Amino acid sequence: MSAPTGATSVTTAPRTTPRGPGIRGREAAAGWLFIAPMLIILGLFLVVPVLMAAWVSVSDWTGRGSPLSSTVGFVGADNFRQLVAGGLPTQDFGTALRNNAWYVLLVVPLQTALSMFLAVMVNRRILRGRGAFRTAFYFPSVTSSVAITVLFLFLFSASGAVNKLVGYLSAEGPNWFADARGVVHIALGAVGLDQAPAALAEHGFLGLSWWAWLAGPSVAMSVFIVMAIFTTSGTFMLLFIAALQAIAGDVEEAAVMDGANGWQRFWFVTLPMLRPTLFTVVTLGLIGCWQVFDQIYTGTQGGPAKTTLTPAYLSYTASFESHQWGRGAAIAFVLFAIIVTMTILQRIVLRERTSVPRRKRFVREDRP
Amino acid sequence: MTTTSQRTEAGAAQDRRNLRADRSAGRQRTATIAAYTVLVVLALIYIYPFLITVATSFKSDAEAVSSPLGLVPQTWTTAAYERLLLRSDFPLWFQNSAIVTLCVTTGRVFINSLAGYALARLQFRGRALVFAGVVAVMAVPGVVLLIPKFLVINQLGIYDSYAGMIIPLLADAAGIFIMKNFFESVPRSVEEAARIDGAGPFRTYWSVVLPMARPALITLVILSFQGSWNELSHFIVASQDPALRTLTKGVAQLASGALSQGSQYPIKLAAAAIMTIPVAVLFFVFQRRIMNVTSGAVKE
Repeated sequence: MSAPTGATSVTTAPRTTPRGPGIRGREAAAGWLFIAPMLIILGLFLVVPVLMAAWVSVSDWTGRGSPLSSTVGFVGADNFRQLVAGGLPTQDFGTALRNNAWYVLLVVPLQTALSMFLAVMVNRRILRGRGAFRTAFYFPSVTSSVAITVLFLFLFSASGAVNKLVGYLSAEGPNWFADARGVVHIALGAVGLDQAPAALAEHGFLGLSWWAWLAGPSVAMSVFIVMAIFTTSGTFMLLFIAALQAIAGDVEEAAVMDGANGWQRFWFVTLPMLRPTLFTVVTLGLIGCWQVFDQIYTGTQGGPAKTTLTPAYLSYTASFESHQWGRGAAIAFVLFAIIVTMTILQRIVLRERTSVPRRKRFVREDRP
Repeated sequence: MTTTSQRTEAGAAQDRRNLRADRSAGRQRTATIAAYTVLVVLALIYIYPFLITVATSFKSDAEAVSSPLGLVPQTWTTAAYERLLLRSDFPLWFQNSAIVTLCVTTGRVFINSLAGYALARLQFRGRALVFAGVVAVMAVPGVVLLIPKFLVINQLGIYDSYAGMIIPLLADAAGIFIMKNFFESVPRSVEEAARIDGAGPFRTYWSVVLPMARPALITLVILSFQGSWNELSHFIVASQDPALRTLTKGVAQLASGALSQGSQYPIKLAAAAIMTIPVAVLFFVFQRRIMNVTSGAVKE
């Protein structure tokens, strides 16, 4: 990059006399000094918090005074047990998991596919004004989630822009943010299945019947799903563009010479080479999607009928509003476990296919 | 494709090839038109909502409800902005956001580059271990730390203070990662020259290495500014004093009904528009840089 050219002339006059307590010792001291601010802050606001939260999750602290004072008692795994034992806490937790699971299930594949599509489209060599297109697609990613949520509250309000558009198609849009019906339930209702089959209604998991688990995201949650895809596809598009540009042009040309059409080129040449990026995008998407908080806090506070409740938001309300700090911390740990498990699982599932078959292997060149 | 000039000097075989080229050129053009159409429609979908935001903020409450799609207000009014800027706490929120963002950005650039340099260049025992720790820290999802962070902030007695809002945001593992990667890509010779001339590690870092690191520092400034300006959850757990409310917190409360009734959208959208301006300006100024660096700037 900016390799300084004058450097060589300076190095030609080395001094031979070593000074001080040895350059290595001084360097080691400087090294620790340099990383000290980072170590202190990361330690104080990352390592210590985790340890303290671990303690709170097994205590009965109610938010008054210090959680380390002697009046706070040890309750073992009670807070965790509450999350699975039945009753309201369990039901809330189950609902939050259900909502977020549907969110992940829809957002991750859709945002990955859309961002890859955008990248491939924008990366076409003959395209004019691709800078402008990239800017348009990336812009939602830089704006704050609060501003975007406010905007979506307006767009999807009962008399908002989206319903106006729906109105042009002479249909009537729902009152999006107040509609708690699950999308799958609505679809099943449309084909006449609006009562839960007994097998699904009688049994359940975490305080919800299987029928309730299968409800799908509520109409309100669907808006958040659209919003997530809208805001993240730009970021991931940039990742895919970077990967596409690393694919050497002659690989494409070779495929053209071999008579591959556009679709074959994408499917057999481009896609296999994008696999590492695909992997990154899915991982980042999974991690991000389990952390839905800002939108819920700004937009719906978990409503309607708790169908936009997420574990992250539930952890916050359990602590700050219900003063059940132990439960809040316990939910945070369970959420952490879920994210780690999902990431590892996805790693295992995708790893088998990360090696490109010999036939499809091409030389990867860096851009000059 | 310059098919005509070739045709004059070519035989039958050449003609056949040209015919094929023509047909594929035709197909190419249809494909290009289709691609442009798709892209323009998509770009409209991505940009139109922001145009609606700005347009609606200049509409009256009634018009915002009756014509939510229109981009030109029938009667222009700046009532929403007057209300926000003159008769609400909005300027205070803006000021708080500005203070926090400036402190966090400055602090992050300094701390992250210092740590990144040490991890990339200085030899000391335990360096690999520290770096492994930084990478591990990057893997911890932020939302999981909300409540734990509050516990520590509370314990340290910096709840409801600028310190509590700023200090925890100062070090971010991703920034350290970026800086370390950058310093590793810079040739060693310059620093060695400085050191041989008798400059200590800090002096080498401050007056030799840092000026060379401008591209990476700009990346860091962009990411830090955007990150702290848009931060919400940390401020929720770090403070409750209305005097310390930031834009994100204030506007979030606005959205859920404070200061206006349910359908008073112009004021909410005006607030959203104003809070988008600083990041938008940053984005357009450094557009080229943002579009090029993100590959290295994202946590992996």
